[in-house]
Amino acid sequence: MVLAMRTLMREWKSGELGVLVLAITVAVAALTGVGFLVDRIGIAVDNQAGEVLAADLRLESGQAMDDQAIVEAQRRGLRVARNTGLFSVVFNGDFNQLTSLRAVSPNYPLRGKVMLSNEPFGTPQLATAMPARGEAWPDSRLAAALGASVGSQLSIGASTFKVTRILISRPDQGATFLELAPSLILNEQDLDATQLVQPGSRIRRAQLFAGERQDIAVFKKWLEANKKPAEEIEDVEDSAPQIKSAIDRSARFLSIASLVAALLCAIAVAMAARRYVHRHLDSVALLKTLGATRGFTLSVSLSQLLIIGLAAAILGSAIGFGAQAWLVKVLQGWLRGDLPPPSLAPLGVGFLTAVAVLGGCALPPLLQLSRTPALRVLRRDVGPPPPLVIFAFGPALLAIAFLIWWVVRDVRIFVAFVVGLAAFMLVVAFAGWLLVKLTTRLRGGVGVSWRYGIANLGRRRTESIVQLSAFALGIMMLLVLTVVRNDLLSDWRRSLPADTPNFFFINIPSDQPDEFAQFLEQRGAERVRVRPMVRARMTHINGRDVESISFGTPRGRGFAMRDQNITWTSELNRDNEIMAGKWFAPEDAGKPLVSVSTEYFEELKLKLGDTLQFDVAGETVTATVSSVRKVKWDSFQPNFFLIFAPGLLDGTQGTYMTAVHMDAKDPKTIGDLVRRFPSVSVFNVDDLLGQVRSVIDKALAAVQSVFLFTLMAGLVVLIAAVQASREERRFESAMLRTLGARRGTVLKGLLSEFAMLGVLSGTLAATGASIAGMYIARKVLQIPWQIDPWVWFYGLAGGGSLVCLAGWLATRSVVNQPPVLTLRGS
Amino acid sequence: MSVLKAESLTKKVTSPEGMLTIVDEVSLDIGAGESVAIIGASGAGKSTLLALLAGLDTPTSGRVTLAGADLTALDEDGRARLRAERVGFVFQSFHLVPSLTALENVMLPLELAGRGDARAGARETLARVGLAQRTGHYPRQLSGGEQQRVALARAFVTRPAVLFADEPTGNLDTHTGEKIISLLFELNATTHTTLVLVTHDRAVAARCARQVIMDSGKLA
Repeated sequence: MVLAMRTLMREWKSGELGVLVLAITVAVAALTGVGFLVDRIGIAVDNQAGEVLAADLRLESGQAMDDQAIVEAQRRGLRVARNTGLFSVVFNGDFNQLTSLRAVSPNYPLRGKVMLSNEPFGTPQLATAMPARGEAWPDSRLAAALGASVGSQLSIGASTFKVTRILISRPDQGATFLELAPSLILNEQDLDATQLVQPGSRIRRAQLFAGERQDIAVFKKWLEANKKPAEEIEDVEDSAPQIKSAIDRSARFLSIASLVAALLCAIAVAMAARRYVHRHLDSVALLKTLGATRGFTLSVSLSQLLIIGLAAAILGSAIGFGAQAWLVKVLQGWLRGDLPPPSLAPLGVGFLTAVAVLGGCALPPLLQLSRTPALRVLRRDVGPPPPLVIFAFGPALLAIAFLIWWVVRDVRIFVAFVVGLAAFMLVVAFAGWLLVKLTTRLRGGVGVSWRYGIANLGRRRTESIVQLSAFALGIMMLLVLTVVRNDLLSDWRRSLPADTPNFFFINIPSDQPDEFAQFLEQRGAERVRVRPMVRARMTHINGRDVESISFGTPRGRGFAMRDQNITWTSELNRDNEIMAGKWFAPEDAGKPLVSVSTEYFEELKLKLGDTLQFDVAGETVTATVSSVRKVKWDSFQPNFFLIFAPGLLDGTQGTYMTAVHMDAKDPKTIGDLVRRFPSVSVFNVDDLLGQVRSVIDKALAAVQSVFLFTLMAGLVVLIAAVQASREERRFESAMLRTLGARRGTVLKGLLSEFAMLGVLSGTLAATGASIAGMYIARKVLQIPWQIDPWVWFYGLAGGGSLVCLAGWLATRSVVNQPPVLTLRGS
Repeated sequence: MSVLKAESLTKKVTSPEGMLTIVDEVSLDIGAGESVAIIGASGAGKSTLLALLAGLDTPTSGRVTLAGADLTALDEDGRARLRAERVGFVFQSFHLVPSLTALENVMLPLELAGRGDARAGARETLARVGLAQRTGHYPRQLSGGEQQRVALARAFVTRPAVLFADEPTGNLDTHTGEKIISLLFELNATTHTTLVLVTHDRAVAARCARQVIMDSGKLA
């Protein structure tokens, strides 16, 4: 151990130990960084399991609810509260923002805490009561968007509210991740005065119940027997696993991304270990000549390995912890409230990573080293006997398999990842091989520095391909996540016709549709078509209760069991195409006919002529399937799964909706509209897309941060490869200088090698990113794809300069080698 | 006329035992076209003297003048430029660039000196050393003798004023070594290059016009 420590200190200067430490540090940092984050979110979810509903049990409905359940719960001694959710535009002067409103009863929440502050994103304090009448608590995002602060006056529908506190968090705000729209809490008694609630308005009402576990279980049974069809029961056992599984999926994705970095680092470890062994053959032979046993030489190497592994694991975990703090910062505003501190479990992952990578990739060559015969002191061509293939590669493959399994823990994903990664790397490696081969042919026509650089690429072909693949992978992922994503989004937006609606209006009162249309037309909207909209729930298919039918997919079950928005009209929209049956003829008016969308038709396995029975606002309506429509949903026109024949539902109490294209840059238009029609909810498509985009941006920023580790791993592979060829490079540099090359010429030669490597990686990455973009454009978004020169610019310039810089840092000392080295031999 | 002149050349290095003098006050004057062998036992300081004369290393004191230029007054890049233009080298271990073909290795000094048509010049010189058919081969594909012939071609291709050879046959068998030495002297004669050759082989040294013997850092 003493010898191990003493030599370790000296070895440090030689470089390859540094590469070993660096590679393991990056691998450990990548895995623990994500590990700590996932761990913190996991603990938060566990802690919040009971808070997800703000109650133990929740009864929800899109329709008006009576007090039957509340009275019964109170009779049983349970605590009750109410919570009504709806969307509306909130105004602060000229600023407006679509908001998820929560009108709550005074005893809300029954579980969990509402946290408040006096300023957006301020220090959270526990709320001791709910807002009094006339008060509103906007959340930090809303306050920031509206430029509101405590004391501001907000207009909501027909009422005005005073901001008294800023909402930091509430228990039922969509588990750990925020809902898309910002939210605001107000007193439920103020809801009527806003005039937002009209018959048929889109509103989710919830009755909350809490009490002893047994009482709740009994009450749940009572509710199941007595609830109305439109009412849904949710309890903690139902919702927590869903949230957990959603988080597990995201966590697994991030972990897999970090795993790629760890695997690249394993390659760097193998390279560094090989060089270490190569450099120590002579000293081991000498030690053996002096009487050292194989066990002794092995124990020296193993002790060094252990110290390196331990140091790197500690350093990597510390960096991982920092990276996690960075990720939390990136996700700020998306992750709700403060996350609890992480557990120590990810540290175990860090140490396990270090052990697996070192054991798999560095131990086998070290075992080989200990087999170096003493005879080598006399004959330098004698080395250790070659190992069996299984011992040379087996442990590395086992270690890699173990790491992948540790992260994914699912046979299907494991196989998919291994096969996918292997296939991807094979393709990249083949493309890399081809590029290197083509490039080496170019060298006849370039200057001496470039020829020297390109020739080096070809000479160390395997190392070049490994580095190229590593960089290409990292750069490609970053290109796809940044440039290509933005391109696709703008291409998609451009592919929409200019008159695509940018405003949706729902909850238009049933007695004002014409007035509303006129209002919009006066302000520049063209041909405003207002459609009736009412909630309906399917009860029977061909006379059979849907509860008794088993549907193959969750979507099919959803279509059958949940409330749907339905409409009735004689007009077939341009973006609807009849695939089977016939669209309503004028003589069909008033007939019990329904046209269904292809999704509905397929998921419910319907046939033309089937009879469907619905509960439409308490009325039973039966209709025959008369046509099937293919709907282009991304046209942004109001579209429905179910359209009934005109006249059939005329007497039904519902609301109207419409979608128009308006150049409503002036917020006054929307302000006037909301004041004139307070119940109408306005959805600005640009705002909605902006909100979706901001959530996606944050999620992708986290993924990008993880892929930075991949890029770092690529750099570690480069450093390992440069280290491995260091002696060669030093000697060649000295020789070139002996032959009269200036320092600048040698430097240019080295830089041209790395620039070429970077440019080739960039080419490969830009090609991959463009193919991915083309696939998504054509297959997923179904929009024309066009090549973006910026992808190539960023790929080539970014790749070239990054690799050049890293290569220069790694080899700069080589340039300074005195030419006299050539006389001292290599 | 003197082409290479050393005046009181001294090289000292520090070692754990204190200061070590490897080359001690050596003065030497070599005329244009002359061939000089530096001979001596191992550790006598032959290679260090060669390095100092060629400007590969800097002396602790003293002065070297090569082709009229004071090497000690030039910086690293200045000496490199001078070597590119006026100096050729042949080493014991050949020292070809492994990633370049035979032709590219021979082109290298011409390109470094910025001379035009490196390819044609290199082809011609390779033909003179009998390797016209091996231009596209990499060093690893050539025998030891062939590699040293490429090295000779590389050394002579720029028609240097001075050629330094450090044990050029040290890594070759006797027969191949003799052929290489013959080729070296033949090229030297036709190009009128000054030859400075370090060797411990008395027979090789005897082919030079002058022999200087080094012993413990001094010229005997």
